Amino acid sequence: MTTLELRNVSKRYRVRGAGDMLALDDVSFTLTSGQTIALVGQSGSGKSTIAKILTQLERASSGHVLLDGQPIPHRGPGLRRYRQRVRMVFQDPFASLNPYHTIRHHLERPLRLDAVVPQDQVEDEVRSLLARVRLDPDATIDRRPHELSGGQRQRVAIARALASRPELLIADEPVSMLDVSIRLGVLNLLADLQRESNLGVLYITHDLATARHFSDEIMVLHHGVVVERGAADDVILRAQHEYTRALRGASPDPDKHFADPSGRAVTRS
Amino acid sequence: MSLSTFPTTSETEENRTTEPQRPTRLSRLGKSFAMFRNPKSITGLVILGIFALVAILGDVIAPYGPLDKDFYALKQPPSAEHWLGTTHLGEDVFSQIVYGTRGVLVVGLVAGVLATFVAVLVGVAAGYLSGWRSESLSALTNVFLVIPGLPLIIIVASQYDNPSIVLISAVIAITGWAWGARVLRAQTMSLRNRDFVQAAKANGERLWRIIAVEMLPNLTAIIASSFVGTVTAAVLGLTTLAFIGVIPITNLNWGTILFWAQQNGAFPDFWWWYVPAGLCIAILGMALSLVNFGIDEYVNPRLRSAGERARAMRKKGMSLTGGVTEVRTADDAAAPPDAAPEPEEREAALRR
Repeated sequence: MTTLELRNVSKRYRVRGAGDMLALDDVSFTLTSGQTIALVGQSGSGKSTIAKILTQLERASSGHVLLDGQPIPHRGPGLRRYRQRVRMVFQDPFASLNPYHTIRHHLERPLRLDAVVPQDQVEDEVRSLLARVRLDPDATIDRRPHELSGGQRQRVAIARALASRPELLIADEPVSMLDVSIRLGVLNLLADLQRESNLGVLYITHDLATARHFSDEIMVLHHGVVVERGAADDVILRAQHEYTRALRGASPDPDKHFADPSGRAVTRS
Repeated sequence: MSLSTFPTTSETEENRTTEPQRPTRLSRLGKSFAMFRNPKSITGLVILGIFALVAILGDVIAPYGPLDKDFYALKQPPSAEHWLGTTHLGEDVFSQIVYGTRGVLVVGLVAGVLATFVAVLVGVAAGYLSGWRSESLSALTNVFLVIPGLPLIIIVASQYDNPSIVLISAVIAITGWAWGARVLRAQTMSLRNRDFVQAAKANGERLWRIIAVEMLPNLTAIIASSFVGTVTAAVLGLTTLAFIGVIPITNLNWGTILFWAQQNGAFPDFWWWYVPAGLCIAILGMALSLVNFGIDEYVNPRLRSAGERARAMRKKGMSLTGGVTEVRTADDAAAPPDAAPEPEEREAALRR
């Protein structure tokens, strides 16, 4: 059981001529493997800052990030081991894959970097990763990102995140840049993968409806402060904070869909 | 059961198997030269190719040695024997031009390679690093940017009795790398925050690998363009130096021809002595600029489409420079203006 804890984390950005900007104010939560937490908030609420701090692309101004109770190292092999266990899927699949490299390159790198499999099995592993995210290995492996659709690219990005066999996955708005028609496909895939590998997923989104379906717990972030948290249904149906209610009013009818026991998004027919 | 899973079109439509197009080594090579695949670049490259051939096959093409003297034909205008006439010592101008091409191209290439190397090193480092390291590299670039190049080259070159070609190239490169570094720094700064670089970082890639494998390929076009720019500057610099006599006359190039022509009062009467060398410099400069324009259009497609749009609009008879946007009615679009029906006819047609 892996636990990732954010303890009293704050993040300040220095804005030239405007003093400090507090992006995160005393945020604490714990993510354990097998669990999905949704982090909901509007643009600028600090969602992506949390993702960056968790992947150590940014450092917290104060507070701690603890993996299994241990503070995570800021550099060196320790940081690399941490990054192997906690991976991230970026928001924009058009930007997160290098236009110059083939899909093979994108999936090979983490495999070689973390020596997940012996050198001679790398090719097989790349193919099986593509198959795991429901892509045809033969048709995609030698392509470049611009030859794939948005959904396919995001699948590649998910495969890349899973390549190092992480225990926790941070998905920063993984479907917000995709067509509505393929969003659920990608989300269902994430849910399936989560169950297969008992991943802990931090699902960052501004969409309450999908947050409700795909997560056990919802945290609502407003101006860098967690204003509401609790079991998914409680937050949606019995919103306490007025910002949550406003968010709920703005989202397209989150009551319409129901989750079946398998966790897949379903609808009444 | 009244419950059904959402139709996930992605799984059916996205994975429609298409023929896998495995990129061959050749098509991959073609891809990296895509920036040269436009009329402007091709024209420029063809001209460059001709000059390169002349430089390589100089011994075959030139009818005489560059310094062979024919004392019976001094300052002769072009003839069948001497295609571009002769100098005051009876040397064949055409042969001098042919042999001079070599000196120009070699110095241009060596200086271009050296300057581009320094520009990539300094520019990419300054763009990727942050804080005082970036600032100091940037300050260094700015210093070299404002150093007047030619005077510095003259001072350095005049310290040596017989500066070698490599030394001349190196001096030209020292004064020519800064602009490329500046552009590369800006582009690297924009690349640094792209998601794919962040993703490589989050994967735990090492710094040099992020720069060399993830970022450099995306800078190819800018590096190529800065290389071409430096070569142009180097060619102009070299011929200028030779013309003003800083470079010893043993180093034969187009500038030396101009130097001797000027020394012996060729202007303006003995045109065959100085016009060909001047033309060659101009044509080589034009060829390099054409290649650069081509790369520019590749890097910034809006440049190209703007040109095409302007041409298309001119074809339709619209002016881009007119102050007022022309309003075209649906009738105009369907038929040329002079064929538009008279108002009464139109009303009649409406009543019908």
